[in-house]
Amino acid sequence: MEEYTFLRQLADSWFLVGLFAFFVGVVFWVFRPGSTKTYQDTANIPFRHEDKPATSKEARQ
Amino acid sequence: MSNYIKLIALGVVAIFAMMAANYARDPAYMVHAIIILIVTGGLFLWTLRHTDEPETYVDYSGEYMDGVIRYGVIATAMWGVVGFLVGVIIAFQLAFPSLNFEWAHGYANFGRLRPLHTSAVIFAFGGNALIATSFYVVQRTCAARLWGGNLAWFVFWGYQLFIVLAATGYLLGSTQSKEYAEPEWHVDLWLTIVWVAYLAVFLGTIVKRKEPHIYVANWFFLSFIVTVAMLHVVNNLALPVSIWGSRSVMVMSGVQDAMTQWWYGHNAVGFFLTAGFLGMMYYFIPKQAERPVFSYKLSIIHFWALIFLYIWAGPHHLHYTALPDWASTLGMVFSIVLWMPSWGGMINGLMTLSGAWDKLRTDPVIRMMVISLGFYGMSTFEGPMMSIRAVNSLSHYTDWTIGHVHSGALGWNGMITFGALYFLVPVLWKRERLYSLSLVSWHFWLATIGIVLYAASMWVTGIMEGLMWREVDANGFLVNSFADTVAAKFLPYVARGVGGLMFLSGAVIMCYNLLMTVRKAPAKEASLTVAVPAE
Repeated sequence: MEEYTFLRQLADSWFLVGLFAFFVGVVFWVFRPGSTKTYQDTANIPFRHEDKPATSKEARQ
Repeated sequence: MSNYIKLIALGVVAIFAMMAANYARDPAYMVHAIIILIVTGGLFLWTLRHTDEPETYVDYSGEYMDGVIRYGVIATAMWGVVGFLVGVIIAFQLAFPSLNFEWAHGYANFGRLRPLHTSAVIFAFGGNALIATSFYVVQRTCAARLWGGNLAWFVFWGYQLFIVLAATGYLLGSTQSKEYAEPEWHVDLWLTIVWVAYLAVFLGTIVKRKEPHIYVANWFFLSFIVTVAMLHVVNNLALPVSIWGSRSVMVMSGVQDAMTQWWYGHNAVGFFLTAGFLGMMYYFIPKQAERPVFSYKLSIIHFWALIFLYIWAGPHHLHYTALPDWASTLGMVFSIVLWMPSWGGMINGLMTLSGAWDKLRTDPVIRMMVISLGFYGMSTFEGPMMSIRAVNSLSHYTDWTIGHVHSGALGWNGMITFGALYFLVPVLWKRERLYSLSLVSWHFWLATIGIVLYAASMWVTGIMEGLMWREVDANGFLVNSFADTVAAKFLPYVARGVGGLMFLSGAVIMCYNLLMTVRKAPAKEASLTVAVPAE
């Protein structure tokens, strides 16, 4: 029961705050400066390499 | 060398299956042992005949692994028709109870066929669609061949074996009575092995990707694979009564067991039927519309919001039970908040068509994908509403729930899968186009009208029976008996069956169209397959 109480308290205090902060952080991260250009390129991934895997020369690092 | 190890392993399993068939304590277990004996025995002979042949090494790293996806597409279409057919049968069994034939009692009455229907459509049709499309999408968006060589084939055939074991088990009465998790312990163990292999193939391909970024569809697919593994293992924790029988006892009991079951059950909806299919949506809608997704930023927020919220929504299945009020309130609140990311994703998919709305008129495949998003939006509004305690007190245990499930499953999962199949078949079999677009239109309208008939009739019966159940007279006595509500539901039940029949005939038309695409549609010329980079 002690273990339950501890986990329960952890879950509705620090863990809750941590997960919420992570989520808010993701939202800020997504709108970071310069992200629009990066994501434009990312969003076009489905239109590359439709027929064959990329060779190591074409691979984009 | 590896063949010797394979032979020993197959031989051991075959002998174990023989013993199991002999000692079996119930018919389902015996049939399963015989199926496993046939499979392992056949594989043993096949491996034996190919042992010590000179190995020819072919380098396949320059091409995608599409064979297993072609099989997956065929399996999806086939299991789809089987699952819809069983659904139509049980719909008419409810309308006309005499269809529960005397001679088929214990095998093909409603109670045995109902889990067969749900598992066939969710796990056989939906699961095969998810495995096939995830293998397709992860290769194209990682620009890498599937990791693990023939492991992908193991995943495909292992999953079909799971489906056959589950289906035969239901008909013979082997069930642990957990909704959407009916298969008993030995079938659960097998699915766990297959699922870990699936995770390995998928993750391995992502690890060796040539694109620096992991495309959003793969995030959704990966969350679906990982979460389903977790849900499946925890919800199926059970001790078998004997290793020679299919009965088992759940480790958890009472309200803990109920909460675990609906934590599993709702996240089967959230991660199997939502996250996985959103992975499909984020690849096939941009491909079919020939334009990138409306907002990649929104897709990232959509992903994390969905992941953080869905896992808490389960307790809304247990309003007014032994579950503490705070827990079901928590589930209800998270279900309502979930409305936002769901609609965010729907808007993201729909707006992908902005500037190309004319395609809705000319391309019935994109029409199918768009209406799937429409049904997604509708059922993700209906669901949160039904999770509210006051609404739930009317809707719970009524046909409204069944209508809600089907507008989501037929509308969202079914339609997006049909769209993906129409996209995949010409590409995988290197055809220039589909055999017939007007047949796609027929499929579209049959399926859409079928779903509308289904959902509308279930709203009518659901709300009607909910109101009839709670109706009391001036002295506080219940007005209606249960049989009164059953009699009142007859006509809507027939309408529901007709709707299902229309949906089934649409799927049969699709199978014919896809078959003729492979056989008759003009082959794509090699020179046309050169992809034009979109940058």
